[in-house]
Amino acid sequence: MDHRELALTQALDHCIKCNLCTSACPVVAVTDQFPGPKYVGPQAERFRRAGQPVPDASVDYCSGCRVCNQVCPTGVPIAELNARARGAMVAERGLPFRNWIIARADLVGGLSAGPQAPLVNLGLKMAPARWVIEQLLGIHHQAPLPMASTYRFRSWFKRHQAAQPATKGQVVYFHGCATNYYEPHVGQAAVAVLEHNGFEVILAEQNCCGLPLISNGDFKGATSAHAANVRKLLPYVRRGMPIVGTSTSCTLTLKEEAPEILGLHDEAVRAVAAGTYDIFEFLRQLAERGELKTDFRPMPRRLPYHPPCQYRAHRLGKPAMDVLALVPGLQLDESHADCCGIAGTYGLKREKYQIAQDVGQSLFEFVRRAGADLVLCDSETCRWQITHATGVPSQHPIEVLAAAYGLRR
Amino acid sequence: MRNIETEVLVIGGGATGTGCARDLALRGIRCVLVEKGDLTHGTTGRYHGLLHSGGRYVTKDPQSATECARENAILRRIMPHCLEDTAGFFVITPWDDPEYGDLFAANCLKTGVPAQELTLAEMLRREPALNPQISRVFEVQDGSADSFLATHATAQAAREYGAQILTYHNIIGLVREGDRVTGAVLEDLRSGERVQVRCAYVLNAAGAWAGKIAALAGLTVTVVPGKGTMVAMNHRMINTVVNRCKLPADGDILVPIHTVAVIGTTDVHVPDPDTFDITPEEIQLMLAEGEKLVPGFSQYRALRAWAGVRPLYKDVDGASDRDLPRTYKLLDHATRDGVQGMLSIVGGKWTTYRLMAEEAVNEVARYLGNTKPCRTAEEVLPVPVTAQRSPAPPLAGSAMRYPRHEPAAPDGPRLNGVRAPIGPQPIYGLDAGFYYLGQHLADVEREHAQDELICECELVTRERVLAALASGAANLDDIRRDVRMGMGPCQGGWCIYRTAALLFEQRVADGVSSANTNAALLHFLQERWKGLRPVLWGDQLRQARLDEQIYVGLLGVHRLQAIAEPGGGLVTDDSR
Repeated sequence: MDHRELALTQALDHCIKCNLCTSACPVVAVTDQFPGPKYVGPQAERFRRAGQPVPDASVDYCSGCRVCNQVCPTGVPIAELNARARGAMVAERGLPFRNWIIARADLVGGLSAGPQAPLVNLGLKMAPARWVIEQLLGIHHQAPLPMASTYRFRSWFKRHQAAQPATKGQVVYFHGCATNYYEPHVGQAAVAVLEHNGFEVILAEQNCCGLPLISNGDFKGATSAHAANVRKLLPYVRRGMPIVGTSTSCTLTLKEEAPEILGLHDEAVRAVAAGTYDIFEFLRQLAERGELKTDFRPMPRRLPYHPPCQYRAHRLGKPAMDVLALVPGLQLDESHADCCGIAGTYGLKREKYQIAQDVGQSLFEFVRRAGADLVLCDSETCRWQITHATGVPSQHPIEVLAAAYGLRR
Repeated sequence: MRNIETEVLVIGGGATGTGCARDLALRGIRCVLVEKGDLTHGTTGRYHGLLHSGGRYVTKDPQSATECARENAILRRIMPHCLEDTAGFFVITPWDDPEYGDLFAANCLKTGVPAQELTLAEMLRREPALNPQISRVFEVQDGSADSFLATHATAQAAREYGAQILTYHNIIGLVREGDRVTGAVLEDLRSGERVQVRCAYVLNAAGAWAGKIAALAGLTVTVVPGKGTMVAMNHRMINTVVNRCKLPADGDILVPIHTVAVIGTTDVHVPDPDTFDITPEEIQLMLAEGEKLVPGFSQYRALRAWAGVRPLYKDVDGASDRDLPRTYKLLDHATRDGVQGMLSIVGGKWTTYRLMAEEAVNEVARYLGNTKPCRTAEEVLPVPVTAQRSPAPPLAGSAMRYPRHEPAAPDGPRLNGVRAPIGPQPIYGLDAGFYYLGQHLADVEREHAQDELICECELVTRERVLAALASGAANLDDIRRDVRMGMGPCQGGWCIYRTAALLFEQRVADGVSSANTNAALLHFLQERWKGLRPVLWGDQLRQARLDEQIYVGLLGVHRLQAIAEPGGGLVTDDSR
């Protein structure tokens, strides 16, 4: 057995049953459906046996927010154990169609984005249509579904020309599905910021990072998605080009989720993981080397900011806050909330929508109390959730940074 | 002083004793079983839980091998709910003689032990944690057994047929009238009351303590208590019993039982079955041997160590304990010592307990003039109330991947060399109503009983603890044996005080002294601590520190000693 696999297998042994994770788990706090991270994680794992029918199903209520991992005093990767348990369950019982479709961000986004987008969006706003979707697919009629873009980020990029020649080399931009199909403006801001700092942005071929597949337990689908991305990105990594992404979930998947949860440990996977950066991680490194441009316009604003759960796994601290602190006048108030509740596709599901709303309550109140006309968050599904629950528009911090540089379109 | 009249007094509440009581009762012979502790308090409750295929003995003790193979098939039929059909491997590691493989295979055939050789790829597919340097592997019909449950089920069957089971009764003396044993004097350890038993026959099934019992009748039986130390690891890194394919030695078996994997055993002669220790060398040896089977073994979390004493009978002076026969012996004291009305059963092993009981009871029945045949191999054992059952989940998908374990064909076992088809066939275990690892998790899930857990590690609900109390558990250790409370990773850190509360409430409801719940709590904490001490490093040390913080730091349990009341029907004194 590979030593990394051995370490994960042995990880459940570290649990001392202290239940700190159970007390801290935001899902446990709002529902009886989830018996808690310790219960479904290191505890239940001792009763599961490969090759025999999976005895339990409540692990599916784990949202994967990783608060448990963070509070665990003995370092049990509880969220990873849970993800694997869900994967084993899906491998045995099969993937419900709802989860199959909801996990295919590529497919759904591809069908929605384009000239037909206004029609799709209109449909998704109509109550009867949402009712039908809920009945047929099990996607809650109030779930915060994103609005499709009339154009794709990639088609915009093809026509795009850098304003100035590159002086610092090339970076590969990993836009992810959300930017490509729903929020091209996030990608445009990222490209603008990177180019402003002297980089040539390369748009490598890429596909869905596979995170929704992982979190829905479709490990087969996720493994091929990751293999495809590794194949597409490896040549750039080999040439020493960093891969930079604006979606904290996509970058986390490339860096850690896919290798660890799917058990992919070959050299190519590791090389891509090592070469991938969250965009603010990348910018903060520039700033630390004194290479980040600081020609910011003063921005006298005070904005609420929610660091998404994925940063817990990135173990980067709060790079967006660090970088935006350089903008004169801009003040960010950190939410200190555990989780917005959405957890990717979790809060879209009929049976989990209310749980997700309840989990996010303290965050939503924080945003409402802030009274600002804008809230910042690095993760797209979190932004959609926050805006859905509070009515306050949300942006990726990179958009604010672009504006501070005066690069807003 | 109470008086009891019966035909047969059985001494010893282990597998053999309860097996004898059931057999006697099924033949309509009145009997009383006496045990100084709880059922399985002795060796039965302290073994690794291996249901032998017989493979271990094919070379050194062929008779044992044949007996094991036969009894294995019978036990699968009569107590599936007490067994897990894990299957077993005999593996040749780089430390073993590769020549032994062919001899092993030939001897399996000779002794009637079903075995087949597997490809190494198949072995690693089924057990990826095993050492990839293993050079050959044979599959046998090993399994794992819940010896607590099996003994309780056997005792329940015996009771249903009229046997009387007296636990926590100590034998003070055997009554001998001339050259005849006619009864015994007991002490009820719960009440201190004396009990006079008059009987026609005494069946000494006290295992490692058989010599001490025989001495009460002025007889000499030399039982060599062979201490076997075992270490339970926190989780099952393997789901198949794994044996080294070589002549039996120390640390060569790894048994997946319930939620743990047990590596065993050592074999050390000890003078007294009540006094022995576990040495660091033994633990180191276990881990080192485990490492040969499962690379990284010593980095897994060790949960607990304990030792049991084998009841090996010494006819002549053997070279070492392992060379003493595993087969049992019936010592008819009439022919052996000229003392009528007493038989001692010595030696043997858990897997053959039913056969031992059958043969012993045959002798007793002959003596009493009873001609009814033995029926213990036919009747299925009842399910004790503490053993919650759920219907096995439906077979699906990847579950269909283990080969079916066919019972041995009448014309001989399946052979190694003949590669049996390994393909999508149902799991025999789930089909036939065997216990399976996920059973309690499935039960709790189905009942939504997650908030009802008293012991979280072993998923013991309040309902099951109350059932154990209702069925007569006399202290926390009894509850543990009934439902596995306190046997998981935290070793009682979170469940001892909860269970003590339930015990307290029960005793208040029963209108008896409840202050001795304190004594029960202290006793149980000490019992757990005893097993933790030999494995205090890494994760288990962390756990022990947390448990100490809970009981000593937070609850101040060390100050309880002053107000702990012994007695009151709760037997917590181990010096008996």
